[in-house]
Amino acid sequence: MRREIVFSGYGGQGLVLAGIILAEAAVVYEGKNATHNQSYGPEARGGASKSEVIISDQEINYPEIEHPDIFLAMTQDAASKVGKLVKESGIAIIDPEFVRELAPLAHVKTLYAIPLTQIAREETGRTITANIVALGVLTVLTGIVDREAIEEAVRGRVPPQMREMNEKALRAGFTAAKRILDEVKGDAVS
Amino acid sequence: MARVNTRTRFIQGNEACTEGALAAGMRFFAGYPITPSTEIAEILAERLPRVGGTFVQMEDEISSMAAVIGASLTGVKAMTATSGPGFSLKQENIGFAAFTEVPCVIVNVQRKGPSTGMPTSPAQGDVMQARWGTHGDHPVIALTPFSVLEAFTLTVEAFNLAEKYRVPVILLMDEVIAHMRERVELPGPEDLEIVDRRKPAVKPGEYYPYDVEEEDGVPPMAVFGEGYRFHVTGLYHDAMGYPATGNPRLADQLIRRLVRKIEGRVEELTMVDEVQTEDAKVVVVAYGSVARSAARAVRLAREEGYRVGLFRPKIIWPFPAPRVRKLAARVEGLIVTEMNMGQVFREVERAVQGMAKVDLVSRVDGELITPVEVLTAIKEVY
Repeated sequence: MRREIVFSGYGGQGLVLAGIILAEAAVVYEGKNATHNQSYGPEARGGASKSEVIISDQEINYPEIEHPDIFLAMTQDAASKVGKLVKESGIAIIDPEFVRELAPLAHVKTLYAIPLTQIAREETGRTITANIVALGVLTVLTGIVDREAIEEAVRGRVPPQMREMNEKALRAGFTAAKRILDEVKGDAVS
Repeated sequence: MARVNTRTRFIQGNEACTEGALAAGMRFFAGYPITPSTEIAEILAERLPRVGGTFVQMEDEISSMAAVIGASLTGVKAMTATSGPGFSLKQENIGFAAFTEVPCVIVNVQRKGPSTGMPTSPAQGDVMQARWGTHGDHPVIALTPFSVLEAFTLTVEAFNLAEKYRVPVILLMDEVIAHMRERVELPGPEDLEIVDRRKPAVKPGEYYPYDVEEEDGVPPMAVFGEGYRFHVTGLYHDAMGYPATGNPRLADQLIRRLVRKIEGRVEELTMVDEVQTEDAKVVVVAYGSVARSAARAVRLAREEGYRVGLFRPKIIWPFPAPRVRKLAARVEGLIVTEMNMGQVFREVERAVQGMAKVDLVSRVDGELITPVEVLTAIKEVY
């Protein structure tokens, strides 16, 4: 099965790194095939930034994504531009701190609004860890990789002195997603 | 949780290129970083000093190329990496290396030109520049990797060919391959064949640096600093390396030998991946990142019952014209797909000599050609 994931926001939010970590979890710790692609403008910070991950059991030729299965939007601009390309059956996750207008995602069956940046701020005191919170959320909500695989991949990619902070961010992501899934389940029961 | 295979890595094309260069024995890099090749310089700045090599960030691309030639003359395998505008600046010294027969590797990660163009967008617009960017007839070899693994293996090959034929070799990557990451299991040293330049068998006093008997010969190369004295000039030169500009016979011999050295070996320098071409009615010709879209399109078309194949040159210069001609004799049509306005398309047409229909799928907006675009062309031509 081929699943296509797009992370989009602005340069400096760590979305390129988040994409690499996700793909690495699939390749190095789960033995799957994956590709990662990034696109960004000429500016180092602040310009639009996009990270594309394809995970598959088979060979991956064309490494780009036209219609993502899973989409993370960390700016309104990203939600507006990429949102309409997300598959109807797909899963979209947005950070309501940046994305207010949801119309471009109206067709997507499963949409989660999770305050990733706010969670990062509260849990680690650093909004820069929102990308890792997002990885935790995404892992639980989509099951695209195992928790252990993403944990190892995060540990393998962040500098030792930042490890604890990032592990905390990842766990906060797991917890936030689990709470949402429990609520959904609760709703279904009532 | 353990790694599935300790050899499995998830790396970029640029990183794989540096691994290939180091595995081939490259120990000198001079360059001036430029997107989308920057990671090559970045990684080598860290890695080279650790293996006793030298990394120099020069003041510009012209001096980088000059430093690479100087280093190679002292017996070190040397390379530089650049993109678009930087590749233009290196051209004069690439000609010097070709003419003085100094082995070296130039990585050009193609981005959208001309001029500053679109620095972070892919293109394949430098194919002709790789062949003809420097003035005058000259020999050159260029390779076009289509995967992260090939960014490694073809870099090793680039050094081997440079050493074997004493010629500048261009690794013609593109932004997609350079920046994409994918799963690789890189070959270990035991799996690689490494070629080193042939040294003179004679004593220093008897050494003539450009003395060869065969009309396509590659002279042995002495190392500066080991007692051999010889002259290196960009002027037409004699067997000793001294200027001989007033000698038409010598000039004719020299330039014909240099060009024949590579063009005369086109069969031996043909490196092509052919997929499902045996029974094909239509064959897609593609190289670099576009070959990934083409491969997918061919697979999709086969699923729908179209007899199509893929012809993918890994060595683009010298152009594998004899192989293309052979293919053209048994297919009805060829579709060349590339991110320029027809640079390889015209080479294919020239090789085919009217034996088959040749079409072009070209995209020049800074975006990779999609499999659907290639598939549509297959259905139209079929």
